[in-house]
Amino acid sequence: MRIFDFFRAAKPQASSAAQAKERLQIVMAHERVSRTAPDFLPVLQKELLAVIAKYVDLATNKVEVKLDRGNECSTLEVNIELPSPKIEPMRARIAV
Amino acid sequence: MGKIIVMTSGKGGVGKTTSSAAFATGFALRGYKTVVIDFDVGLRNLDLVMGCERRVVFDFINIINGEARLNQALIKDKRVDNLYILPTSQTRDKDALTKEGVEKVLEELRQEFDYVICDSPAGIERGALMALYFADEAIIVTNPEVSSVRDSDRILGMLAARSRRAELNEEPVKEHLLLTRYDPARVERGEMLNVTDVLEILAIPLLGVIPESQAVLRASNIGMPVTLDDKSTAGQAYRDAIARFLGEQIEHRFVKPERRGFFNRLLRRTA
Repeated sequence: MRIFDFFRAAKPQASSAAQAKERLQIVMAHERVSRTAPDFLPVLQKELLAVIAKYVDLATNKVEVKLDRGNECSTLEVNIELPSPKIEPMRARIAV
Repeated sequence: MGKIIVMTSGKGGVGKTTSSAAFATGFALRGYKTVVIDFDVGLRNLDLVMGCERRVVFDFINIINGEARLNQALIKDKRVDNLYILPTSQTRDKDALTKEGVEKVLEELRQEFDYVICDSPAGIERGALMALYFADEAIIVTNPEVSSVRDSDRILGMLAARSRRAELNEEPVKEHLLLTRYDPARVERGEMLNVTDVLEILAIPLLGVIPESQAVLRASNIGMPVTLDDKSTAGQAYRDAIARFLGEQIEHRFVKPERRGFFNRLLRRTA
């Protein structure tokens, strides 16, 4: 056992300063994005609506814009309910 | 027209007031007419650090409310020419700082002074916002420690979005990083974030590194800005930072551990 302990101790461990840096970089990357992100969503929704309204007749409450932030990538989800008397509501999904 | 500089950090206890006093004194020593204003309404402390606590009659809030004239509230430093202190109120709260009131006082001061230093309170509330709102340049005081670095980043976000320059779409507030309480020996042992790490994370130009020094507490004990202690490493580091602010090219000192000789170690000489 002693011999294994010896090898374990010899394994270099990341210094606490290095861990501090890594943690800061991760948390701050998220915070910087969220600081600016919520602002553009309402505008995006309005502009999307304007574009679609040029081609189809739709109600404002039938558009839903959602932003999900994951570790690897983020998803912008846009749900648009198109009016159609015969067919079931159609859902468009755009992933970025 | 004088320049308005805010000394800010988000986090408390990192050295804003010490640095405000040190910078104001340094500018005045260089011959610039300087005033330093305490924005920490209710928790007045700049007067103690500057050693003029017994000479406070009127304060910043009295002027905003029109209860006194500027000349009645400004305290002239007894050690350094060209140096003035504008203390804050101890009894009112930060709501006493109105945007119009602060603007009026700062505009009047910048007519007469070369540098107007705003010593910001900690936090991101009204007092801190008012201290940074009218700034031309900002000195971000940061300790090499996770919470301080994160809070500095929040303040940088505020400067970029909520300052007057940002609101009027003018040239952005010029940012400077002042890294304080730096311990090169602990950095070398991997126990403390190093300058490069902090710079990489915050991504603003480095104005200076102030080493951890016993001289800082000693100076505040006697109400003397640490710039006047030119034998101390902290005092010298502040003088270097001030020279850099004024455009001089000076190499960064005190970022590597000091190699102490046998006699120094024997005498336990520090800072």
